[in-house]
Amino acid sequence: MTDLTALTLAEARDALKAKTFTAVELTDAYIAAMEKARVLNAYVAETPDKACDMAKASDARIAAGKAGALEGLPLGIKDLYATKGVHTQACSHILDGFKPTYESTVSANLWADGAVMLGKLNMDEFAMGSSNETSHYGAVINPWRRNGSDVNLVPGGSSGGSAAAVAARLCLGATATDTGGSIRQPAAFTGTTGIKPTYGRCSRWGLVAFASSLDQAGPIARDVRDAAILLKSMASVDLKDTTSVDMPVPDYEAAIGKSVKGLRIGIPKEYRLDGMPAEIDALWQKGIDILREAGAEIVNISLPHTKYALPAYYIVAPAEASSNLARYDGVRYGLRVPGSDIVDMYENTRAAGFGAEVKRRILIGTYVLSAGYYDAYYLRAQKVRTLIKRDFETVYAEGVDAILTPATPSAAFGIGEKADADPVEMYLNDVFTVTVNMAGLPGLAVPAGLSAEGLPLGLQLIGRPFDEETLFTLGAAIEKAVGTFSPAKWW
Amino acid sequence: MNMAVRTPDPKKMIKGATGDWEVIIGLEVHAQVTSNAKLFSGASAVFGAEPNMHVSLVDAAMPGMLPVINEECVAQAIRTGLGLKAAINLYSVFDRKNYFYPDLPQGYQISQYKQPIVGEGKVLLDMPEGVVEIGIERLHLEQDAGKSIHDQHPTMSFVDLNRSGVALMEIVSKPDLRSSEEVKAYLAKLRTILRYLGTCDGNMEEGSMRADINVSVRKPGEPLGTRCEIKNVNSMRFAAQAVEYEARRQIGIIEDGGEIDQETRLYDPGKGETRSMRSKEEAHDYRYFPDPDLLPLELDPAWVKSLEADLPELPDEKKARFVADYGITPYDAMVLTLERASADYYEQVAKSRDGKAVANFMINELFGRLNKDGKGIETSPVSPAQLGAIVDLIGDGTISGKIAKDLFEIVYTEGGDPKALVEERGLKQVTDTGAIEKAVDEVIAANPDKAEQAKAKPTLSGWFVGQVMKATGGKANPQAVNDLVKRKLGIE
Repeated sequence: MTDLTALTLAEARDALKAKTFTAVELTDAYIAAMEKARVLNAYVAETPDKACDMAKASDARIAAGKAGALEGLPLGIKDLYATKGVHTQACSHILDGFKPTYESTVSANLWADGAVMLGKLNMDEFAMGSSNETSHYGAVINPWRRNGSDVNLVPGGSSGGSAAAVAARLCLGATATDTGGSIRQPAAFTGTTGIKPTYGRCSRWGLVAFASSLDQAGPIARDVRDAAILLKSMASVDLKDTTSVDMPVPDYEAAIGKSVKGLRIGIPKEYRLDGMPAEIDALWQKGIDILREAGAEIVNISLPHTKYALPAYYIVAPAEASSNLARYDGVRYGLRVPGSDIVDMYENTRAAGFGAEVKRRILIGTYVLSAGYYDAYYLRAQKVRTLIKRDFETVYAEGVDAILTPATPSAAFGIGEKADADPVEMYLNDVFTVTVNMAGLPGLAVPAGLSAEGLPLGLQLIGRPFDEETLFTLGAAIEKAVGTFSPAKWW
Repeated sequence: MNMAVRTPDPKKMIKGATGDWEVIIGLEVHAQVTSNAKLFSGASAVFGAEPNMHVSLVDAAMPGMLPVINEECVAQAIRTGLGLKAAINLYSVFDRKNYFYPDLPQGYQISQYKQPIVGEGKVLLDMPEGVVEIGIERLHLEQDAGKSIHDQHPTMSFVDLNRSGVALMEIVSKPDLRSSEEVKAYLAKLRTILRYLGTCDGNMEEGSMRADINVSVRKPGEPLGTRCEIKNVNSMRFAAQAVEYEARRQIGIIEDGGEIDQETRLYDPGKGETRSMRSKEEAHDYRYFPDPDLLPLELDPAWVKSLEADLPELPDEKKARFVADYGITPYDAMVLTLERASADYYEQVAKSRDGKAVANFMINELFGRLNKDGKGIETSPVSPAQLGAIVDLIGDGTISGKIAKDLFEIVYTEGGDPKALVEERGLKQVTDTGAIEKAVDEVIAANPDKAEQAKAKPTLSGWFVGQVMKATGGKANPQAVNDLVKRKLGIE
């Protein structure tokens, strides 16, 4: 039998339906692949027994003609998602031993459609990071390496485990989350496709919160079609999350292969940064050319408040995080480091439980919300956010259907390369992606080529609210022109 | 802030060594919303369960949990706002108030800070000098915290999260109160309104109503003084005591040349004093910001209108109607309308009866007796029908007022139909003038001296009436006895 892990999710789905192989066989192939790839550190908890049980149940349902949309398809779940009875720590020490008694709405949706859980995926602690180096469980290694190099690279973050696992074929697809670029940047660094849907498209219930007004669940997948299939199952309105939106979930897969003829694609001049690597610029131009040749209309647009997005994001997100992470106090669950009194216990627990980046953001967030600084920082950042949103509304009102930008300002970098540098340098990784979270819009990262050093580079498509379909159509058009990319196996 | 909407009233002031001091008081009352479930979770909000039995994943702040607003709690806040004649804000925002405490699982309380659900309103107090209007600044919804228990373990504290997330209304008055009497009257009136509306049971012992009291003093006409906040007072009596103590403490300090430190204080009912809890410098920085898990609360005006249409008659309106419809005094009407159940009881009896007679009997006999037993009107052993029958028996002259008291006691303790009881126990008033006349004659014959004196001093006839009543076992019609005594003594 050929290597089952080489199939895309759509191919595996069709093969299972055709009974070419069983869900158990497919799952076994992934469990074997995971065992061989532990050096990548993509998984922080493997659940092979659970996977086998779920696969058996899937085979029974397939046999009974009751297969769901994702029946028997093995997936990896980001450690940010609450999974009942299974390791759920957002890769933080402070949630040591935490196994929830509940299942996140998004993962429950996947299981309801028949998907199989392989395990929990590594990530930056509490989703704070752009390189997956802040995880309590250690860095994830990107399956991609520079041509002729054996230097380990980061997979991006915070969904680095998800991206690495998908790229290395350690799952058919993975759940991820995106607060400032945490789906799109790692997807770009690993040659995978990731979509952050519109804010409210997926329920946040059962997702360990980082910044509530920005967090959104989405998939990382082998290709655009797989991402569309996964998002269809993940998305839903949820009465337990009042910020989720009650709109029908379209058949995203049907958007793939549709013509892009007549679509107006905006090219924002503010995304052309000083000192941007020439190959990023060239990649962007390549994307423009592909879409133009496919019949789309290219228009130059301006999003004037773009330059304020990153600083405003690094006020809003830490502010919300400082409050969201207050519950990790050693009182009810997770880590507790005893102290002489309650305050001492809090201090000991939080000092030991949180990593440096999380502490930095809690401090920033606490500072910007404190009396006397609120107006100057938080309130002002919220005003900037409104302006950023308005920038997008204006271009969409003028008839732009989607916006094309680079996904990241560079290809993947080496582990440790930026970890010790000025944290702001790391934050700059999100420069193209945070605007989308600030405006609550959907954003798709799709691979568009390789760098001179042989590393994948991605483009970002930004859509109108709840118009993920157009992004899938456009993403598929780019993918059709450039193909998909897989790393050479070295592990 | 309204500095001096009220004309300083010397009668309400406290005398100090340097003259009169005006006491300025504002209250923040936390009233637990009557609802089945908590403000943002489906867990039960019922009081009195075993510790940690009413705790949902949201209440325990498990990772990834999200609040979902309970519509009934919102409706209750709107009803309360309408009952306080207040503006209902169709757009309000939930904020997070951040601080660490073991009984606050989220590490923040969800509250409303800058944009509360209810704006300005008023409460009318019936004071001896007349009606006093107290302004309401705002009402907002917020979560209650859990309870820390410190006496169960030598070194550890226990936490009970049953209350965690229960809905509270914080009702903030303007600094319009001027005395401990007004504080008591305000709390009582607020409690009455809340209980009428059914939005809070007003049970201060169980903590469903607690007050933070802001007190400052000033010489009349001067700007407001520095205030101290007395936290978490849970009885009207303690509230009044705390205000008295705190005002005198502040006057003492100022008159001794000192200054008041703005601080949070606690009232110790055992010692009858307030003491410092934390100073302004130690005050928390709560880092309020809008809760990103909750969308702003936008109310449909039609819904608010429908809630308004379904509001019960409120105590002030009911009182006015009782005065108009039943001809009773405003004071009696106020007493009868303190509790909706009493007012309903009264109306059941007073309908088609002499309202004044019913009011008198209820206030003097029924309330007195219930008070003695510490019972509420809801558990009165005497039903409205029974009470009505007693009043009827007095009205048609079957029994005297005195006998009515005895009859009431029998009905109260043993139950039974008052009319039948009168027959069975021979309580009927003697209206047979022959029998009364005989008794009068006997008493006059036995006391010739007194009879002589009474002719000269007619007020002495009362003594004869008393003797006749005694001789007839109280069953004689007092009016008939009175008439006969006067006639027989020749002092008409």
